[in-house]
Amino acid sequence: MTTLTTDPAPAPPADPAPAVRRRRRPAVLHVYTLLLIAWLILPIAIMILFGFNDTHSKQNFRWEGFTLRWYVHLFDKSDLTTALVNSLTIALLSTLITTVIGTLAGLALGRHRFRGKGVTNLVLFMAISCPEIVMGASLLSMFVTFNLPRGYLTILVAHVMFSIAFVAVTVRARVVGLDPAVEEAAQDLGAGPWTRFRLVTLPMIMPGVVAGALLSFVLSIDDFVITNFTSGATVTFPLWIYGSTRTGTPPQVNVMGTLIFAVGVVIAVVSARRSLRASR
Amino acid sequence: MAGGLGRARGRGRFTPYLLVLPSGLWLLAFFAIPMVLMVSLSLQTGNLVDGFRQTFHWQNYTDGLSTYGDKFGRSLWYGLLATVACIVLAYPAAYWIAFRGGRHKSTYLFMLLLPYFVSFVLRTVSWKLVLTDNGPVLGPLRNHGVLPSGFHVLDTGFAVVSGLTYNFLPFMVLPIYVALERIDPRLVEAAHDLYASRVQAFARVVLPLSLPGVFAGVIMTFVPVSADYVNAEVLGGPRNTMIGNVIQSEYFDNSAYPVASALSFVLMAILLLGIFAYARALGTQDVLEAAGR
Repeated sequence: MTTLTTDPAPAPPADPAPAVRRRRRPAVLHVYTLLLIAWLILPIAIMILFGFNDTHSKQNFRWEGFTLRWYVHLFDKSDLTTALVNSLTIALLSTLITTVIGTLAGLALGRHRFRGKGVTNLVLFMAISCPEIVMGASLLSMFVTFNLPRGYLTILVAHVMFSIAFVAVTVRARVVGLDPAVEEAAQDLGAGPWTRFRLVTLPMIMPGVVAGALLSFVLSIDDFVITNFTSGATVTFPLWIYGSTRTGTPPQVNVMGTLIFAVGVVIAVVSARRSLRASR
Repeated sequence: MAGGLGRARGRGRFTPYLLVLPSGLWLLAFFAIPMVLMVSLSLQTGNLVDGFRQTFHWQNYTDGLSTYGDKFGRSLWYGLLATVACIVLAYPAAYWIAFRGGRHKSTYLFMLLLPYFVSFVLRTVSWKLVLTDNGPVLGPLRNHGVLPSGFHVLDTGFAVVSGLTYNFLPFMVLPIYVALERIDPRLVEAAHDLYASRVQAFARVVLPLSLPGVFAGVIMTFVPVSADYVNAEVLGGPRNTMIGNVIQSEYFDNSAYPVASALSFVLMAILLLGIFAYARALGTQDVLEAAGR
């Protein structure tokens, strides 16, 4: 993601003569781009708006006036709150585990040559490109075959499984771009393997590690399909919403969605600002 | 260089294996072995009450395909439609941002990615609200006579494809943008200097250079779109179900695990073979490389 924020635009081809003709076409595309953005934002705007809707029916789709009551009674539906807490804790734990072991794998793949590297890369590619429903179905097949009870733990295990490849690939990309001479210098100056890793390697790959961690958090908290197959009786935030679509989604869901959206946008903007400043 | 640090001392030889081991074991236990078990389950017969036996009968496959062949067809068709819609919608915007976005490039891109800050299921539910007959968007349009009163979108195939397109569009925008952004603007200038028209410069210079981005985008959208069942469930009603819905209900409603496993395996085989065939046809030597971008 850092690439998106750093480099300033290359100057458009300077060609003063047909300037009038030049400017017309981009204007069309400019308007088009804005319309596309408007389309993408429309459902989100509606989601946010209907979190303020003073509705009295179970179906929250007719505007009945402004209220803050859903923000006040945000945690009134205890099963929804439990689902949200499950989603958050699973995402945190899964991110923690995935970031550690995925980073190690990324280091090995980016730096070392070893037997089985090709197979490892292939497995990572498969894990990224395999349809989610097939991963979910195969995990369920295993749990059924071994008669394992499904719940919080199986969701966690599954989330780590589908996030590993993303973290490993992200870290690998960062490691490949490093200059090995820096670490060799540390070695020449008498740093042991652990010191070298802690003081030299880790700080250098940190942007990749952070990006991988954020990615795995988002993948986990957003996941519906694989969770659906591995959840048993445990409910997460997306599962709860899915279950509510038939009877009507309550406004509290909109409010929670709005708050998660706001936190996500703030984190993204702050980190983009920071990386912009660092690149200057 | 590779392994240079480790190889200085003998015991460093095992370092890469130790580093890969935790992830490798996790993926073995919860990705590879479940796949094998799923295939094994797909060749069993029986039911939930009496238990399943390994019989190596292909019946689950032949039955599944003959019963649900149309659902497979519909999934691939919807997948194709949504993927093409994503390309058509994403390309002009990615092009404009990459070449004319100026100082605000990253802002525009960020705006296109905003939906990803809302959970996938919630996004789909919100899109359903947009398409609802008397909802906040179509309702006023109908009341003011902009749309005919019989106008109806929800529970149609169009609703499903539009939802899929909405949900996966940013997956297409990003790789195309990255490919276009890498193009040196001087190449386009050079084409103009050589008397290429705007159309020629685009068709002969920009488009070919951006195709790897389109390729990556197709892989990132076609597979998840074809295998999706949330959009069909939320937006499509009972008459537009896809193969994902069938697999889901065979597992959970009917507990017909062998048939569901067989269908899942066929789905994966079709999509993975599709990717490789597509890569071959495009002459991309290395699928891993193209997809890893």
